[in-house]
Amino acid sequence: MEKLLGTETVKRGMAQMQKGGVIMDVVNAEQAKIAEASGAVAVMALERVPSDIRAAGGVARMADPRIVEEVMNAVSIPVMAKARIGHIVEARVLEAMGVDYIDESEVLTPADEEFHLLKSAYTVPFVCGCRDLGEAARRIGEGAAMLRTKGEPGTGNIVEAVRHMRQVNAQVRKVTLMNDDELMTEAKILGAPYEILKQIKEAGKLPVVNFAAGGVATPADAALMMELGADGVFVGSGVFKSENPEKFANAIVQATTYYNDYDLIGKLSQELGSAMKGIDIATLAAEERMQER
Amino acid sequence: MKDMKIGVLGLQGAVDEHIKQITALGLHGITIKHPEQLEQIDGLILPGGESTTISRLINRYGFAAPIKEFSKRKKPIFGTCAGMVLLAKELSASADSHLGLMDICVKRNAFGRQRDSFEAKLDVKGLADPFSAVFIRAPYVESAEAHVEVLATYNEHIVAARQEHLLVSSFHPELTGDTRFLELFVQMVTEYQESELIIS
Repeated sequence: MEKLLGTETVKRGMAQMQKGGVIMDVVNAEQAKIAEASGAVAVMALERVPSDIRAAGGVARMADPRIVEEVMNAVSIPVMAKARIGHIVEARVLEAMGVDYIDESEVLTPADEEFHLLKSAYTVPFVCGCRDLGEAARRIGEGAAMLRTKGEPGTGNIVEAVRHMRQVNAQVRKVTLMNDDELMTEAKILGAPYEILKQIKEAGKLPVVNFAAGGVATPADAALMMELGADGVFVGSGVFKSENPEKFANAIVQATTYYNDYDLIGKLSQELGSAMKGIDIATLAAEERMQER
Repeated sequence: MKDMKIGVLGLQGAVDEHIKQITALGLHGITIKHPEQLEQIDGLILPGGESTTISRLINRYGFAAPIKEFSKRKKPIFGTCAGMVLLAKELSASADSHLGLMDICVKRNAFGRQRDSFEAKLDVKGLADPFSAVFIRAPYVESAEAHVEVLATYNEHIVAARQEHLLVSSFHPELTGDTRFLELFVQMVTEYQESELIIS
């Protein structure tokens, strides 16, 4: 019986198994265990959470492999890790380590300002950020098996993630209703591969799972993104920069599952302690906005 | 059979994919988010997802006792991947077990991490032609009691099995366009409905 590794179905399917779940950023084994115990579907192993990356400045790179390995040994749920945009070797190193998913992430300082990774060439699946359908379709064209909104990482401010989720979904709806003869021009306008756009039009939806990311700080934020059509939620700084990470993690997981049970979300939000301190996007200079990467 | 209602536990994971296949067979697919909904359905699917996450939500939202009761009434349950882990009486190298309904010992992530996830053609007992099976960080049945019927193996590991009204697969039939494996489950639900008619 022939065994096919790293097929599109296997890579996209892995993300489908994460649907309705919460993926949490962690910086060590102890945090990973808290995340797993709270019901996270996966963890993202990092050296610093985005808000600390923002504060530290300088060049943000792939995490120390020791941290990634420590997290992989600590939990049985999937472990993701971030590689710099276009950094072929960081991605190959993470793949060789056996990381379950790679985030080609704008949270790190890009290694290539022109080209993203050719993700179809890897066995490990990739997730990429997107702000609109053009970006989403280009990443899918390169082989991304999962998408997420870019939002504005490390701000604890949901406004950009909302903008990006609404934008992508509105553009999917528009393409779906378009006539066939309008599609090529739309592809040109969006900067999207025509073939991918055609698939989206035919299916009426993106061919991969799309999570929310970049600014989720409270259970209500997570539920809001689900309400707007996210397939699941990434929480970066939101959990471990809050006053009570364990409670926050639990509450965000439950709010994601029962995102339209408002009584429950009200209860979950009580006595949580304070959320991470946020940043108003308007106070960020253009060069401080990670989403532009 | 047209009135058959099949529920998919909708706490986390590939729920819509199962619903889509159920609907494709012309049956009613219901996403189960509250334990009382179990009353409405004739068969239950525990979908793929993260077994630790689903298990925690099962316990937190009071699903464990109603699902066990559902099983006690011999209503069919089908567990795919994480669902297989949830149904197992025993987990290899772990003291935990979740619902513990089926007399099998299951090894989690048995084929390795995501890079070892794969597709392969499988011969499945009851299906005329091979089935394209998608294995994602999949478990397998390490050992099973004698009354468990083995339906498929891969490299001598049990990857599909049935015990009375319980059906499990390591792989994800819902990620393919092939509904034949689901039809095996639908057949079990039909048998249950017929046996209920005889009793009543």
